[in-house]
Amino acid sequence: MLKPNNSKGKLIVVEGIDGSGKSTQIDLLTKWLRSQGKLVYFSEWNSSPLVKSTTKLGKQEKMFTPTSFSLLQATDFVHRWENLIFPMMKVGAIVLADRYAFTAYARDVARGVDPEWVRNLYSFALMPDLVMYFRVPLDIAVERILSARAKIKYYEAGMDLGLSKDKLTSFRMFQKKVIQQYEKMVPEFNFAVIDGATSVEKQQKEVRAAVKKVLEGWNGQPDTVNVTKKPIRRTLAKVVGAK
Amino acid sequence: MTEPIFYGSGFPYRQIKHMPGMLIVLEGTDGVGRSTQIDMLSHWLEDEGYAVSNTGLKRSPLTQPGLDEAKLGHTLSPLTLSLFYATDFADRLENQIIPALKAGFIVLSDRYFYSTIARDVVRGADPEWARKVYGFSLKPDLVLYMKADVPALVTRLVNGRGFDYWESGMDIRCADNLYDSFCVYQDLLIRQFDQMAAEYGFITIDATRPAEEINKDLQKLIHKSIGKHMPKAV
Repeated sequence: MLKPNNSKGKLIVVEGIDGSGKSTQIDLLTKWLRSQGKLVYFSEWNSSPLVKSTTKLGKQEKMFTPTSFSLLQATDFVHRWENLIFPMMKVGAIVLADRYAFTAYARDVARGVDPEWVRNLYSFALMPDLVMYFRVPLDIAVERILSARAKIKYYEAGMDLGLSKDKLTSFRMFQKKVIQQYEKMVPEFNFAVIDGATSVEKQQKEVRAAVKKVLEGWNGQPDTVNVTKKPIRRTLAKVVGAK
Repeated sequence: MTEPIFYGSGFPYRQIKHMPGMLIVLEGTDGVGRSTQIDMLSHWLEDEGYAVSNTGLKRSPLTQPGLDEAKLGHTLSPLTLSLFYATDFADRLENQIIPALKAGFIVLSDRYFYSTIARDVVRGADPEWARKVYGFSLKPDLVLYMKADVPALVTRLVNGRGFDYWESGMDIRCADNLYDSFCVYQDLLIRQFDQMAAEYGFITIDATRPAEEINKDLQKLIHKSIGKHMPKAV
């Protein structure tokens, strides 16, 4: 299982299927926290330069099996973990992660790997202080994805599982399995559920409220680089206001 | 091997029933002479009429280019190295080793996951975690562990390819130069192998002797093991 967070930092994670709106929300959250003078580090699933060429090769040539796909994504994660996420947590920053180990628990298990096995893979990582799960009806997610870009990708659609020859049908069937896994994790990992079907503003309000609660009474490392100017401005504003 | 036995959950999404082939693993530290032995064994087995398939660490077409590239850099931290190798291993097991065993080949594997576990643990990984990562692995029919002490390994390297950065454990800097680091690092590895020999039932072979002599011993052991499972072709 994941280790308790006894570092100085705070770890906040968003999870959900593709098209659930989580990336929009974490982007807004990052900007908001930075504007508050917080020191924030953002990390995205499957973004490590070290395994990029291997992932590309595997996807292009359709070489992945559920196990090798799972292991390569874990390699990507652990590389970010050792070089970025964990050091940032030690600094005392707020680490925001767009997807975390739970993505592997959901997708890899939906692909048929053993749940205990994949949980062991990530057992070196810390349990986040907050996991926000964006729950969204499949139809809305599909609509968002299709309107945002032209094509659903092979592995995203779970085409490797041979569920259906039609990509969209396969996508729907695969994502349904992924949702089932996520729903099981809601009580297991105490996810904060956000209704991803509501407006962006309404979701962001909920997100900020949840984050505020987590950061209450916590003083991490302040962002001295970006914040130095702000108190001056505020002082000026007060002076101007006083006039 | 007829019914596959896995160390953990194996590949739950895959139906693997009958595998008439045999999986034979040669283990041992760097520079112990495994590849020489594998070559000799391949020829011998083929002469005997068996179909032979060779595999070894880092030979997966999926991960080889990326892993080679990663090893040139300096951001390959211990756990990353560990899981990258696990990806290589899983890919070869599912796409090379298991299909070959199904087709009745004798698969000669130059190292197995035991080597990667040894390296991971020496680099600080949790031994239990590392073992569980390889829960998808097939139990070999025979694991032959070629054992040599550090002075013997050093002699072989001086006569052969010299000292290598990774084989000397320079990423964890066991000492300030390749030679000293090699000695410390390989000694730590040997201790891990010795531990695993009991745990996984390796057959230990004295690898400090001449290659032909070692090969004779290996042939005898393999012959005995094959005899139980596979009829001779000629």
